[in-house]
Amino acid sequence: MKILVCISHVPDTTSKINFTDGDTKFDTNGVQFVINPNDEFGLTRAMWFKEKQSATVHVVNVGGPETEPTLRKALAIGADEAIRVNTAATDGFSVAKQLANVAKEGGYDLVIGGRESIDYNGGMVPGMLAKLIGANFVNTCIGLEIEGDKATAIREIDGGKETLKTSLPLVIGCQKGLVQESDLRIPNMRGIMQARTKPLNVKEPIASNAETNTISFEKPAPKGAVKLVDSVDELVNLLHNEAKVI
Amino acid sequence: MSVLVYTESEEGKIKKIALEAVSYAKALADQMGTSVTAVSINANDTSELGKYGASKVLEVSNEKLNKFNGEAYADVIGQALKNEGAEVIVLTSSANSKFLAPTLAVNLEAGYVANVISLPESTSPFKVKHSVFTNKAFATTEITTNIKIIGLGKNSFGLKEKETSATNEAFSPNLDAHDFDMEIVSVDKATDKVTIADAEIVVSAGRGLKGPENWGMIEDLAKTLGAATACSKPVSDMGWRPHSEHVGQTGKPVASNLYIAIGISGAIQHLAGINASKVKVVINNDPEAPFFKAADYGIVGDAFEIVPKLTEKLKEFKAQNA
Repeated sequence: MKILVCISHVPDTTSKINFTDGDTKFDTNGVQFVINPNDEFGLTRAMWFKEKQSATVHVVNVGGPETEPTLRKALAIGADEAIRVNTAATDGFSVAKQLANVAKEGGYDLVIGGRESIDYNGGMVPGMLAKLIGANFVNTCIGLEIEGDKATAIREIDGGKETLKTSLPLVIGCQKGLVQESDLRIPNMRGIMQARTKPLNVKEPIASNAETNTISFEKPAPKGAVKLVDSVDELVNLLHNEAKVI
Repeated sequence: MSVLVYTESEEGKIKKIALEAVSYAKALADQMGTSVTAVSINANDTSELGKYGASKVLEVSNEKLNKFNGEAYADVIGQALKNEGAEVIVLTSSANSKFLAPTLAVNLEAGYVANVISLPESTSPFKVKHSVFTNKAFATTEITTNIKIIGLGKNSFGLKEKETSATNEAFSPNLDAHDFDMEIVSVDKATDKVTIADAEIVVSAGRGLKGPENWGMIEDLAKTLGAATACSKPVSDMGWRPHSEHVGQTGKPVASNLYIAIGISGAIQHLAGINASKVKVVINNDPEAPFFKAADYGIVGDAFEIVPKLTEKLKEFKAQNA
């Protein structure tokens, strides 16, 4: 089985979010970048398929050379090979198109992406990619077993979960639950050393078009101070008469 | 030219978020000088849609569509769009809408923006504001394609009644076999609980509760308020509560009217996830907890004392205001 894990290079969850160039660009100054957490759950599940079902695992990112440390980290965790599509990630559709091209050329059975990236939260790349390559698609995936070309997936729905049977090729948009937080792997020294010599192939982009174009960013207005109350009577009164939420 | 809105239903009943989507679609249609067409799948009663501004309701009734199927549902909505000659589709942020939106976008070569929080600042060019960085910021994005898909963020527009006389029409899309390459084997859903996605009030608790055995008072409070229960990340990581209750940046986003945080310190990732909620209340014995900076109302004190008192008070309040 050949697995492709799509890795988004995103600011660490604790990052302070600021913008620059007249609020048109994300300010990367002092920001640490990591593997998108949803993608990392997927990568960890891919490692399980590698160890238990002898899968080959490739990772891919669409982005400039600055994203390579993130791909090296994925290699250090245990991926066999990395691919970087050498173009800036503009919008979800153009990224999906680049990834679809890599997925098609590589003939992958399973493509794993995170439910959404924690930066732009679009949540559209895995679904678009699936449609572009004509694969089956399961979103908000929290469980996956593969037997031959048959797959059983569990998907989180609002208020519960659903078990689905489908077949490969398959694309999933995954999230926490596909593996547990405690299953995540911190690269060890051996992994880091090996990652240095594993292939990281730079691939030139295909012609692609963006369908959306972000013009500017802004931050929410600063919040007023908290109103501290001494009793539950006062709280209920405020929630009813002032906030009008009960 | 109309605005098409997909009005989700569950067990045949139109969902509240669908009515919010219709309210938004109506305001957008007014802005564009056109009308709203709703498409519903296997809903029993669509009469409410007119109240929020739909002029026409396309009713799809097909047994094969009883269970959600992303491919097939996207196909239905795409055909409805073509039938109407619509240029804009409004979807909600439910798990199902987020599942089908990218498929629909590729089928229609439509630009899609998720988590939209307000009406377009202009419709030509078509520019919408949406939340990014898990509500830590907003972006204004132009959709450059002819057909546009808007994923409306939950609770960002609200319900707005706009009585419109709606005509209903049966709509029979063509479905092909490929639409059903996926088979739903089982659905496991608690029917007696309010879900975080649908809840207007969410009661959430963290490590301050000391152990899973202490959640009874949280559930009592939630029940009194008709609220969903949620928890912080450490609580779900330790297995005190199921993952489906974890709210925050890597968990679920919460956009409720009222969010009550009990014994949650307020890590930046947690605050990001609940930021879209309108009113936030914090109960914590540590006055230095970062949550106090993000909350609207706060009580400094012992949750084990305050929560049962709050529940009692709310029961009284409900009895008086019933």
